Amino acid sequence: MELTKNISLFRHTRALENEIDEFLDKLSQSSLHFKIAVKVYLHDGSTTDFELKLQDVNKMESEADHLRRAIETKLYAQTLIPESRGDVLGLIENLDHLLNLFEGALWAFFIEKPEIPDEYHANYETLTDIAVESVEALVLASRAFFRNIEAVGDHNHKVMFYEKEADKVSTKLKQAIFNSELDLSRKAQLRNFVEHIDNIPDWAEDVADRLAIYAIKRTL
Amino acid sequence: MELSVLFFLTSGLFLGWALGANDAANVFGTAVGTRMIRFTTAAVICTVFVILGAVISGAGTTETLGKLGAINALPGSFMAAFAAALAVYLMTKAGLPVSTTQAIIGAIIGWNLFTNNATDPTALTKILSTWLICPILAAGFAMVLFKATTMALSRAKLHLIRQDAYTRLGLLLAGAFGAYSLGANNIANVMGVFVSASPFTDFEFAGLLTFSPTEQLFLLGALAIGFGVMTYSKRVMMTVGTGIMPLSPVAAWVVVVSHSLVLFLFASQGLESFLQSNGLPTIPLVPVSSSQAVVGAVLGIALLKGGRGIRWRVVGGIGAGWVVTPLIAGVVCFIGLFFLQNVFDQKVYAGGLGKAPVAIFSAPAGTAVGPDPAPARNKTL
Repeated sequence: MELTKNISLFRHTRALENEIDEFLDKLSQSSLHFKIAVKVYLHDGSTTDFELKLQDVNKMESEADHLRRAIETKLYAQTLIPESRGDVLGLIENLDHLLNLFEGALWAFFIEKPEIPDEYHANYETLTDIAVESVEALVLASRAFFRNIEAVGDHNHKVMFYEKEADKVSTKLKQAIFNSELDLSRKAQLRNFVEHIDNIPDWAEDVADRLAIYAIKRTL
Repeated sequence: MELSVLFFLTSGLFLGWALGANDAANVFGTAVGTRMIRFTTAAVICTVFVILGAVISGAGTTETLGKLGAINALPGSFMAAFAAALAVYLMTKAGLPVSTTQAIIGAIIGWNLFTNNATDPTALTKILSTWLICPILAAGFAMVLFKATTMALSRAKLHLIRQDAYTRLGLLLAGAFGAYSLGANNIANVMGVFVSASPFTDFEFAGLLTFSPTEQLFLLGALAIGFGVMTYSKRVMMTVGTGIMPLSPVAAWVVVVSHSLVLFLFASQGLESFLQSNGLPTIPLVPVSSSQAVVGAVLGIALLKGGRGIRWRVVGGIGAGWVVTPLIAGVVCFIGLFFLQNVFDQKVYAGGLGKAPVAIFSAPAGTAVGPDPAPARNKTL
């Protein structure tokens, strides 16, 4: 009875492993699409290329949502990993929020079409690069949580590092914006876009903090 | 079979039920407590393998128990088993982890004292020393196994989900092995005292298999254990896993395997003859306490992790239980035998008929409360 359930469990196990890996792939790919999309916007504005990238991120977000629901349902329906189930669900949902942040930032660019002066482009690009690096490090830490628990810390510290670097760049950028001669309304709009991007490493750091605790719990 | 015979056997069944209710938790408690295995599955596997272990390999430990004190009249067996069961029941009610082995040993010594029958020092020392060795051995097994398992897991880099699936299967197999070992090792506690006074005769099944009276007794006892597992072990199972310290599913697996290995070592006649034939020192076939084995294994893992998180108060309570259980069983048995003999006019000791052990102490003249034990004294096995 339980033995046959276990044998069929091994079949389902591989499927579930693949779904988790695929979910992390989607997150990683979304971050890369996001990076390209911001660069395209800064260089060419809201062009067709930018819209295509936005569509890519939208598609990734909705596919990741499907995967998240499938993973959650399987974890509960098959009563898998009872000890770590809550942690895994928390991790997947928090990672999913990063996809929402990518999508939300790109939609804001698409809807508001902010005019970003050339002198700020380099800092916006740097901020985006750092944000994406932080997510990449978080994806590696999350993969390690599932396969190689001891390596979680090796990647987590990089997420913390990128978050601090992002703070420095965003502060510098905001100061430059508010020291300029632009209208207050434009200053506020440009600041919002700094925050749209800066929210990403901030959230990645929060997830990394929780991941560190989940990892400690698993090694006990 | 006489109705009175059935009545006397009920106390053994009561003890079997109590053992099932408590000790099944040692085998499957951590797995069910951590929700890795469903209770129903655990109960069914536990019952089946306890029966197999008892009927196939239960004889070895029974022999040692028989040497301690061969209770050779059914009313005497009834009271010994009843006293042990009552002690187990009372301790369980008091929330203390309990050892059926210690209870029955206490009861047998109570019977020995009442009937002024001698307690075999060799058998007693053998049993008492295993009570010390058993948790230490379980702790040693757990330490080695835990270290090896964590090293292997860290090298294998299994996906969390796959590791979970393997752990479930491991818990299921270890649980089956544990239940088999429990049946083999602990059936002596339940039915051992009835062996000398067994009311059964050989039973032939379809001309192929012959069940000896002892095997029939063991089957009956094992069924009682199974009934205890099914009806009362769930609550104990749910609490046992986190009693001393919280365990991860992998640590739970290590605990079950270590416990089962210890019980198996102390019950395996096959291993004994293998060691004997190779000129190696043998392991005594003694009913050991599965609770002690589990406590030893959990403490072993806890110590390996630097001793953090151990609830020493719980450990102290367990230690106290190990002393109190045989005392209660012994006293209850002694008093019960007095009433059985003097109020209900039952013969609690068939002088000379059983396998009486070597005398190690002679009661002062006039202290014997029971019938004259003289024929049994100084009789060698």
